[in-house]
Amino acid sequence: MKILYILKSAFSALRVNKSRSVLTILGIVIGVTAIMLVSVIGESAQSLVLSQVESLGSRTIAIVPGREPSGPADPSAAESLYADSLKMREIEALKKPSNVPDLEEAVPIVFGLYSASFGGETFNSMVIGSTDFLAEIFDIYPEEGFFFDEDDIKARAEVAIIGVKLKDELFGNSDAIGEKIRINGRNFRVIGVFPPKGQILFFNFDESAVVPFTSAQDYIFGIKHFNRIIVQAKTEESVPAVLRDIEITLRELHNITDPENDDFFASSQIEIAETLKTITDILTIFLAAVAAISLLVGGIGIMNIMLVSVTERTSEIGLRKALGATGNNILLQFIFESSILTTLGGLIGVLLGVTLSFLASIILGQLMDMAWDFSIPFFAAFLGIVISVLVGLLFGIYPAYKASQKSPIEALRYE
Amino acid sequence: MSLIEVKDLAKIYYGDGVQTPALSGVSFDINKGDFVAIMGPSGSGKSTLLHILGFLDRHTHGKYLFEGKTIDDYSDDDLAHIRNKKMGFVFQMFNLLPRTTILDNVKLPLLYSDIKESGWDKIAKDAIKAVGLEKRIDHEPSQLSGGEKQRVAIARALVLKPEIIFADEPTGNLDSKSGKAIMEILQDLNEKDGHTVVLITHETYTAEHAGRIIRLHDGKIESDKIVDHRHHAKKDEFFK
Repeated sequence: MKILYILKSAFSALRVNKSRSVLTILGIVIGVTAIMLVSVIGESAQSLVLSQVESLGSRTIAIVPGREPSGPADPSAAESLYADSLKMREIEALKKPSNVPDLEEAVPIVFGLYSASFGGETFNSMVIGSTDFLAEIFDIYPEEGFFFDEDDIKARAEVAIIGVKLKDELFGNSDAIGEKIRINGRNFRVIGVFPPKGQILFFNFDESAVVPFTSAQDYIFGIKHFNRIIVQAKTEESVPAVLRDIEITLRELHNITDPENDDFFASSQIEIAETLKTITDILTIFLAAVAAISLLVGGIGIMNIMLVSVTERTSEIGLRKALGATGNNILLQFIFESSILTTLGGLIGVLLGVTLSFLASIILGQLMDMAWDFSIPFFAAFLGIVISVLVGLLFGIYPAYKASQKSPIEALRYE
Repeated sequence: MSLIEVKDLAKIYYGDGVQTPALSGVSFDINKGDFVAIMGPSGSGKSTLLHILGFLDRHTHGKYLFEGKTIDDYSDDDLAHIRNKKMGFVFQMFNLLPRTTILDNVKLPLLYSDIKESGWDKIAKDAIKAVGLEKRIDHEPSQLSGGEKQRVAIARALVLKPEIIFADEPTGNLDSKSGKAIMEILQDLNEKDGHTVVLITHETYTAEHAGRIIRLHDGKIESDKIVDHRHHAKKDEFFK
């Protein structure tokens, strides 16, 4: 068979009913666009989340007070039972080389939303209390000024390093270093300003004020415990050992014999990354499956229109048969037409999907203040086109078969 | 050996327990190079006969030998291939593809042939030239007169140089002048190029362009006679 010629004549047959063809492929276009959009955004979201987690460093272990949430129905997940289980005593125990030999540093973190004000300006900021090692863990160093040190922590110094957004809101263009901002009725002297950093995992450093954890505990939050302990292992390879040593040390300290009764939860960044990856994977697959339903509907639309077309062109089919077309020739012709329709729909859908997901990545990046990376999803594009070709074949077969079975005289008589 | 040999050929439609005979036992031979007209009132079975002779339909009783072979042994695909290679059809309603150029319409049988696509243009153009429409090659059927449309249909029928051309009331939708032109072409194809022609018509005048007339009535042959005074369409009158 002369494939190219058949292709050409299938194209011209579709051109005859231009608006009908366009409307017919709309279902496929929408389906493929939706699948593309979902998978691209899902993939970007995943790589964003993972890069956030990984930016903390693969040597990092986070210890959260309370029980490991075992499911949404577990009340401890909501109430964070034993929320005050992590204190200075725990840090000291962890830092003992006999307990956790491969531990490099353990850093306490307390945090909460508090309004910070200067002059007449007020801004709702994230107050983070920690040590100067925080800078290394989050890879964030003051652009102007400097970080507080051990002595400031011991002295409960009322000093703060502020994020660039907080600085802009309170001080505008004027210099912030040396000025005092008010948080919870106390004056904190600004000693440093962070460069723009955006969201890192749970913290948006641009809107934060970082203060010594001692000052934050006593003067702002009024608590004795920590919200997190971040542990840095000496090497990446030692992370599992450190994790195990942390659990052993804390259980011993808290007299816990059954791990079921743990009042803390330690996890490495690698584990978190894996969990998040699984969650985003499942979400993406689920959403793509929902989008695929529209492809099914689009396919049924194609079948419907092809059936109409076969009836309309009964006399053409008869003529072709009279001139020597076999049933298979006719079958092929109509399958070509439906496949061209869906392939065209798939191509448009892929283009639209890529364009829309590119726009979405820009908009989401702006809204969430994150570097939302975009890459052309070649695999999804390839898959989208392959699926549309298959839809054309699958839903084109029945109408094409009906066409091929028409008897030439019945077909010629039809007017 | 005759090109076509039918013996006691019958076509009976079975439906709702009723048997409706369209043809009930016809026998005749058609030799290579014959020009045969089949006549009869409507309902006489002439269209059914043409459809069976042209492999568009199958008979229910009797024998049909084409080139000495019984067609019972052929599959539908075999019939399609023989139709493509050895038969040409001209219909009353022209049956051209709309919104398709004359050239592409004439190429249609080539699509189902073994001939390579590179040769199609020349073959189709030669056929169009043979019916005198070379200037209309890029036109679409809607731009042509009825007579011109039928000439395109003839070009399409003879593009693969068939053994036999079946013409089903080819002049039925044409004025007498265009009708004569068509008969002229058919006569030329028969006499100059040796094509066998089987013509269906209900007009005696048209039928008398053939060399032999088979008259059907109620599915049976009423008469089968050689035409004594054959009409010859004069070429000069129509192609100016």
